[in-house]
Amino acid sequence: MPLLEARDVYGGYGGMNILNGVNMTLEADEIGVIVGPNGAGKSTMLKAIFGQLVVTQGEILLRGEPIHNLPPHRLVQQGMGFVPQEHNVFPSLTVKENLQMGAFLKPGNVKRMLKQIYDFFPPLHDKRHQPAGELSGGQRQMVAMGRALMAEPSVLLLDEPTAGLSPLYMNEIFAQVKQVNAAGVGILMVEQNAKQALAIADKGFVLAAGQNRFTDTGAALLADPEVARSFLGG
Amino acid sequence: MNELVFFINNVIVAGSVTGSIYAIGAVGVTLVFSIMRFAHFAHADMMTFGAFMVLLLTMAFPQAGAAVGLPTAVVMLPLAMLLTAGLAVGIDRVFYKPLRAHGVKPIVMVIASLGVTLMLQGLIRVFAGTSGESLYVDDRKEIFRLALPFEGARAPIVVTEPQLILFVLTVLCVVGLHLFLSRSRLGKAMRAMSDNPDLARASGINTNLIVAVTWVIVGGLAAIAGTLLSLDVTFKPDLSFFLLLPIFAAAIVGGVGHPYGAIAGGFLVGFAETLAVFNWGVLLRPFRDSLPEWLSAAGNLAFVGSEYKIVVPFFILVAILVWRPTGIFKGKVI
Repeated sequence: MPLLEARDVYGGYGGMNILNGVNMTLEADEIGVIVGPNGAGKSTMLKAIFGQLVVTQGEILLRGEPIHNLPPHRLVQQGMGFVPQEHNVFPSLTVKENLQMGAFLKPGNVKRMLKQIYDFFPPLHDKRHQPAGELSGGQRQMVAMGRALMAEPSVLLLDEPTAGLSPLYMNEIFAQVKQVNAAGVGILMVEQNAKQALAIADKGFVLAAGQNRFTDTGAALLADPEVARSFLGG
Repeated sequence: MNELVFFINNVIVAGSVTGSIYAIGAVGVTLVFSIMRFAHFAHADMMTFGAFMVLLLTMAFPQAGAAVGLPTAVVMLPLAMLLTAGLAVGIDRVFYKPLRAHGVKPIVMVIASLGVTLMLQGLIRVFAGTSGESLYVDDRKEIFRLALPFEGARAPIVVTEPQLILFVLTVLCVVGLHLFLSRSRLGKAMRAMSDNPDLARASGINTNLIVAVTWVIVGGLAAIAGTLLSLDVTFKPDLSFFLLLPIFAAAIVGGVGHPYGAIAGGFLVGFAETLAVFNWGVLLRPFRDSLPEWLSAAGNLAFVGSEYKIVVPFFILVAILVWRPTGIFKGKVI
C-alpha cells in the first residue's frame, strides 16, 4: 500500500478550481518532488493534502485511509508534517520552544526527539535559547523542518524549502532532506530549483495548469529532453 | 518632612494601587487580543462581575474570613475567580465562538463585545442595584500607620490592609503569569498561537483548547482586579465605566499583545494619573518664603482636578496613538 496517494484531485479557493485532476503516489521512504511553472498549482496541491483548502473531487489517502478535508491537528496525529514556505516559525519563541510546539500532541516524546533534531541540525543546538525570529533564513528553515519532525511524521510536506536561500544553504537543506528521508520519513516537496530537486527525487511530478504533465522517477524526468526544454530551462 | 510623607501617601502608595489594578486589567485585554485578535470591551465588566460575585459570597458567608485572619472577601476570591472564568468561557461559547466560526472581521467581534458589556452591566444592576456597597461586610478594614523616625515628622505613612493584599496579589499574578507563559506547555502554546495561529494549527495545537484556557486566565485575572479595586474603595455596579479607558490605554501604551508591556503600561498610566492630580503646591510649602509671590499664592498646583483624572489616560492614549501606535514594546496596532 502506498504511503500517500492522491487520486484525481480537484480543488481550489472560493469555487475556482486550481487543481484539475492531480494524481500522485508516494511510497514510504521515497522523496517526491513537485515541479512546474508558476501558477501550476504546486503549493496548492500540498495545501490540499494538508487540509488547508477544500478538495471538491477525488480523494487523498494516507496509508489507504481517506484524509482529505480533515483538520490539521488530526492530520498531525495521523503522521503528517507540513512546513509552509513562509511564516514557518514562531518568531518570538526560542528555537527550543519552537521545537517543543511541534511535539504538542506527543509531550512524552519531547526529550528524545529534541536530541534527535539537534543531531540532525547541529546549529540549532547552539541557538536553542535564541528567539527563532533572530535566526538567518537557512537556520529558520531548519527550525521549521525540525518543528514538523518533532511529531515523528511518516510523511513530511515541504513547500519550497530553499526559497530565498543562498546556494550554500540550499545545498545544505537538500542534504538534510536526504538525511531525514534516510531516517525513514517520506518526503513530498515543492521546489523551484527543479534540477537540483529532481536529482535527489525518487519520484517527480511535473504539474501544469493543475494537472500532471509528466510523472516518472527523478532521474528519468531529468533525462527527458521534452521536460528539460519546457520546464527545466533547457 | 511631612510634605514628603504626603507625597508618599498620595503618589507612591496611591499610584501603586491604581497601577496594580490597571496592570492586571490590561494583561487580560492584551491576552484576549493576542489570541483572538480583537479589542475586548467587555473586560472591565468581567472585573465588575468578579467583584460582584465576591460581594454575594461575602454576604452569604460573612464569618468565613475570621477563621483564617483575612478579610472574608479575600477568602472568597478563588471561588469568584472560578465563577468569572466560567462566565468568560460561557460568553465566548455563546457570543464570540459562532462569530469566529463565520470568520467575521475583528470589528464585528469588538461590537459584539460592546453588546456583552451592556448586557453584563444591565444584569449586574438588576441584582446589585445602583448604589455602592462595601466588600467589608462583617470585618473591619485594618489601617497600618508607619510613623517615620524623624524629628518633626508628624504624619505617618498610611497603608490599608486591602492595599497590602493588593500588592502581594499583584506580585503573585505577575510571577504566576510569567511562569505559566514561559514554562508550561499550554502557556508556550498560547504564545505560539499569538505569534502565528496557522502554524500553531499545523503543529497540531488544538486552538479551541487554547482559546478556552485564555478565557479562564482572563476571567480569573479580571475577578482579582475587580475585587482588589472594590476592596480598596467600594463595590460599584458602574465600576467598569471608569476602568475601561485606563485599561485600554495601559494595554496600548505597553504594546498590544505583550503581557509584560501591559503590566508596565498599567503602572505608567496609574502613576501618570496620580501625579497629574497631585497637588505639587504641597512640595513647595517648605520653600514658601523664597518663592515668588504668584507661585506661593496659588493654593492648588495640580495639573488637573481629581474629578477630571479620567482625561489623563485619555491624553496618554491619544498621544501614544499619534506618536507610537505600537506602544513601548512594539506590539500590534489595534
